[in-house]
Amino acid sequence: MGIWKSEWKPLVLMAVLGVAAWWLVYRSLEPFGQWFAFQLLGLTERGGLGLAVAFFAFEAPKVLMLLVVVVFGVGVVRSFFTPERTRAILAGRRESVGNVLAALLGVVTPFCSCSAVPLFIGFVATGVPLGVTLSFLISAPMVNEIALVLLFGLFGWKVAALYAGTGLVIAIVAGWVIGRLKLERWVEPWVYQVATGPSATVAPLTWGDRVEFGREAVKDIVGRVWPYVLAGIGVGAAIHGYVPQDFMASIMGRGAWWSVPLAVLIGVPMYSNAAGIIPIVQALLEKGAALGTVLAFMMSVIGLSLPETIILRKVLKVPLIATFVGVVAAGILVVGYVFNLVL
Amino acid sequence: MASRLIEVLGSGCAKCEMLAKHAEEAAQALGIEYAVIKLKDPSQWARYGVMSTPALVVDGQVKLQGRVLSAEKLKELIA
Repeated sequence: MGIWKSEWKPLVLMAVLGVAAWWLVYRSLEPFGQWFAFQLLGLTERGGLGLAVAFFAFEAPKVLMLLVVVVFGVGVVRSFFTPERTRAILAGRRESVGNVLAALLGVVTPFCSCSAVPLFIGFVATGVPLGVTLSFLISAPMVNEIALVLLFGLFGWKVAALYAGTGLVIAIVAGWVIGRLKLERWVEPWVYQVATGPSATVAPLTWGDRVEFGREAVKDIVGRVWPYVLAGIGVGAAIHGYVPQDFMASIMGRGAWWSVPLAVLIGVPMYSNAAGIIPIVQALLEKGAALGTVLAFMMSVIGLSLPETIILRKVLKVPLIATFVGVVAAGILVVGYVFNLVL
Repeated sequence: MASRLIEVLGSGCAKCEMLAKHAEEAAQALGIEYAVIKLKDPSQWARYGVMSTPALVVDGQVKLQGRVLSAEKLKELIA
């Protein structure tokens, strides 16, 4: 009973009621979508527009509700991990173990692409090997908690686990390979010469701070991301309503061997945040696209992006950036093929 | 009157600009002498040991990193 404060009682009660209310609303979304399209608007179930609208009316609020919960939870979890802590864990580790740890930590450490450069400098200049640092920088955007939870919600734990597992494996192997290639000469030299000060420490956080972290994350992330999510769901709805049932099977299905490289080629320069692309993933899968191809597409879009490579240009020379993109793309390619063969 | 050198570390993204704006408002509200400098070059950040931007450095001490606070909350960090 030591840490329980009586003034928390009303908050806990509110939280429990909030969860119950959220759940009730969530359960009613699918019937709501059907009612909205077919009763309220009077559209026919056999027409593309009716299907598309029902899809949208169901999926849009559903995804947004899931997002709020997930982003909040992850925000709180992330308040326990800081880049300083991660660096302390990784400094001086042997490469293979370091790659694994770095990839795992990349998922839970708070990271935004604008911090890629200071984080890279902070790691590399204090002795974290280049390959290990890159394992972190690969898994951080690629294994995205939003994508994870949405995949889990839409397709079940197996698909979500596949996504997380393969993302981590790619991050580990790609980082390790680049480490073996000894490409340190292609890091901008000034990175190693930078005078680094002592690790900046900030005061420890209370639970109130952590909840605040979560709330801020929701305001910030969901606040920025929702137009992309709605756009993604719109595209998904259009595919759902208008694209013929097995159309995707012909271009993205298992039979077409070139579907995986094509998916990766299209996906790499594109950037979308994870939440926006999941509805597209769902619609594609529904129309017969092979799971491996679709996963490869998704990982290419969220794992690699033009803005990110431009940012990394500040600390990495072009040959290293090219190698980085190439190794990760190759990893995604292999994953896509393996899944199409195995599943 | 107290004076403070306030450095905002960031590459110019929306969050960094917001931190600079709030820091300026906080300093004005405190009525102190101040200078807000935006450090946009990453090579200048490492000496503070900062790994997540945006970050706030007051008189050489890192007070905040990785997030933005309201001008009201920044007052405590700057005073």
